[in-house]
Amino acid sequence: MHMSQQNKTNTPHVLPLQVYLGTAAALFVLTVVTVMVSFVDLGGWNIVVALAVASVKAAAVGLIFMHLWFDRKVFLVIFLAGIVFLTIFIGLTMLDTMRRGDIYQISADPIHKNAAMYDTTAVTTDTIPAAADSTHSAANEK
Amino acid sequence: MDGHEHSAHPAHLAHHFSEPAQQAESAKMGMWLFLLTEVLLFGGLFVAYTVFPAWNPDMFFNAHKHLNVYLGTLNTFVLISSSVTMALAIRSIQLDRRDVSIRYLVVTLLLAAAFLVVKYFEYSHKIHLGQLPGKFYTFTGIEGTNPHVFFSVYFAMTGLHGVHVLAGMSVIGWVLMRTRRGELSSEYYTPMEMTGLYWHLVDMIWIFLFPLLYLIG
Amino acid sequence: MNTIPEKNFLNATRGWKSWLFTLDHKRIGVLYLFSIMAAFLVGGVFAILIRLELLGPGRNLMEADTYNQVFTLHGAIMIFLFIIPSIPAALGNFLLPQMIGAKDVAFPRLNLASWWVYILGSIFAVISIAMGSVDTGWTFYTPYATETQTSVISMTLGVFILGFSSIFTGLNFIVTIHKMRLPGQTWFRMPLFVWGLYATAIIQVLATPVLGITMVLLILERVAGIGIFDPAMGGDPVLYQHFFWFYSHPAVYIMILPGMGIISELISTFSKKRIFGYTAIAYSSLAIAFISFLVWGHHMFVSGQSQLAATIFSFLTFLVGIPSGIKIFNWLATMYKGRITFETPMLYALSFLFLFTIGGLTGIFLGALAVDIHLHDTYFVVAHFHYVMVGGTVMAFLGGIHYWWPKIWGRMYSEFWAKIAAAFVFVGFNMTFFTQFILGSQGMPRRYYTYMDQYQPLHAFSSVGSWVMAVGFIIMGVYLFHSIKRGRPAGNNPWGALTLEWETTSPPPTENFVETPKFSHGPYDYDKNVPERTI
Repeated sequence: MHMSQQNKTNTPHVLPLQVYLGTAAALFVLTVVTVMVSFVDLGGWNIVVALAVASVKAAAVGLIFMHLWFDRKVFLVIFLAGIVFLTIFIGLTMLDTMRRGDIYQISADPIHKNAAMYDTTAVTTDTIPAAADSTHSAANEK
Repeated sequence: MDGHEHSAHPAHLAHHFSEPAQQAESAKMGMWLFLLTEVLLFGGLFVAYTVFPAWNPDMFFNAHKHLNVYLGTLNTFVLISSSVTMALAIRSIQLDRRDVSIRYLVVTLLLAAAFLVVKYFEYSHKIHLGQLPGKFYTFTGIEGTNPHVFFSVYFAMTGLHGVHVLAGMSVIGWVLMRTRRGELSSEYYTPMEMTGLYWHLVDMIWIFLFPLLYLIG
Repeated sequence: MNTIPEKNFLNATRGWKSWLFTLDHKRIGVLYLFSIMAAFLVGGVFAILIRLELLGPGRNLMEADTYNQVFTLHGAIMIFLFIIPSIPAALGNFLLPQMIGAKDVAFPRLNLASWWVYILGSIFAVISIAMGSVDTGWTFYTPYATETQTSVISMTLGVFILGFSSIFTGLNFIVTIHKMRLPGQTWFRMPLFVWGLYATAIIQVLATPVLGITMVLLILERVAGIGIFDPAMGGDPVLYQHFFWFYSHPAVYIMILPGMGIISELISTFSKKRIFGYTAIAYSSLAIAFISFLVWGHHMFVSGQSQLAATIFSFLTFLVGIPSGIKIFNWLATMYKGRITFETPMLYALSFLFLFTIGGLTGIFLGALAVDIHLHDTYFVVAHFHYVMVGGTVMAFLGGIHYWWPKIWGRMYSEFWAKIAAAFVFVGFNMTFFTQFILGSQGMPRRYYTYMDQYQPLHAFSSVGSWVMAVGFIIMGVYLFHSIKRGRPAGNNPWGALTLEWETTSPPPTENFVETPKFSHGPYDYDKNVPERTI
């Protein structure tokens, strides 16, 4: 009969009642806090505070009720992977949706014509101009 | 069935596993992976949620005022409480207090039902006012362009969440039946533990939905 | 003199119920094998119809509207019903537990459920075909997908359901690999096919739910007009594309990663040499899985997404080629100074190396933003993805089929006819699709029913190529099915390979191994011991 190393587990961890009730109390208090904060105008910070409180509540549910704090780390990794990839999804999508108008600015900018081929001053091809010759200094039109 | 195990071969141990710990840990890993898929499923709606308010911040702000913050807060308390009772049900079966566990499961179901009842009142109020998604929207009291977008997002997110509450209730009901039949004990309570994980995720999703829909600045 | 073991998983129990309700991962693998082969046949018929229509400009076989439906169905069936399940569900299901010395996967009932869900999803796809089918392209882009009168809903429902099949398989494999390996078989002593399945399973679990929600939103858009993708209602059609490609780009790595896993097995076995750079290949599979989630916007360079997003996606796309390149180098290095033999599985592996390199390289071309502006929606793209999907995945799948066929059925096919078929498939494939690189760079758009006269010679050549390929597949079907009952018994280890599945009988018993194997050697220890071939 084989005992595989990958299957070692703790004997079921029974948390004391106070831990559950304490977590519950914290969740209720945080809910009240977040509702009350929503009645105060903090401008753009309202959403930040609301999400921060929600994250703390979610962490409490996850780490205590779902035992992620007490179990093997792999389950926490699995859950966090979801958050990471969701962030990637939202983040890269918003790179598009929030910056759509940029192209109008880019195409409105004048084209910079610094290359020699745009230089319309007459050029003699049989002599090499002297170094200090000002006809071929970069006459930058903007 | 292999007959050469020299320790007792528990009835609940499937033949392809070599011991209960392996089976229990596998079940847990499987359930966490399933929860991962749920996160990504709802995540898609959260993407829609971030894109549209970013494009229409004023309209979203105006529209959200038509949600009842008090009912939303009540529902949050209800769902958190149901998470607590679910966790306590599992704790009770870990301590072999079967009757206590059953009572906690029943309370969990009642709280879940209460959540849906409150949602029913919220939804019927909106239907009555014509605050409906997309092409069904007929309400005229919200300033800003395309106010129906808010309600499309609201109904999609709370609707999908509600479906998951219903599904969770059926699973909890099934676990309740099994506990009453004596099939679960401190030696084997994996089905209840897995149900608990699912239920806590449903709670977690609401913990985010609530501020994003009801408490926008 | 080899014999078929009297009692094996194929005959252990009898009757159709013992198959349709089986919990044996090997039987489920066989059920999947026949299902995906049927899907390949249907998708292949649609492909032949496409190429027949394109023999000349104008109407040849069908009206333009029908043509749109035919290419949509070709794509949807090949992608969702064939290629995504192919290697993991047919070969992976059969082999994974054996390769790690287990009796079954972690959740056998979930495994059976995944096949039944696959069948259910396929039924919806068939219903869609019967009810007027879909003409949107397999990508179902809005706004057309919202408005077309064809039966989009049954097809998207079918796709939604098929997604669950994929998720169940992926979930099962991750837990199986984590939890059910033999003692002593550490992560870095697993066969690389298992690593390939593992990386694939991670993508399946993370990406497929997003496909699910995308299909739900599309259905809601059609049925309830929620307006999320409709600009007239404040929505955004490009948002649909973000949702769709967030799944569908990682999906192409679901297609290729298991194939790459097979190639590692084939190259090593048929060079009788330890795989070069095992760790690099293992990590590169994980790297591909991760980076695949960062590049989806390269399908959307001309869709109207922001300049910033396009630039960043282009840059990230170049990254994803690196781990694939590492694998190709390692496989070549494995072959160097090996004792190479050229049986059919190896021919397919060599084809893969050549064709996937072309496919992958052209993917990098397309990833360059400025180049893609010109090549997007041309035949260059069609050629690129057929080189990676057919030249890559299908070649690897065929290599795997020919490699593990004797293990599944206990009997060997005709090596002579197998080589003939491989030649037809290889030549036909290149005739069909290399031509399309040229067509595309000359400006021929994809999904077009007709075209200007100047494109006709190349189109005709490509169509002839499709017939050559079809001949190859027909020959293949004949000798493979013939071998099931009439082939020479192959014995435990016809190829002299070292992975664990070759230590049991062909076909294996229901419980995989008569006695639980002891893990005693690595999967590529050819320098220590070359097992004898049993045929």
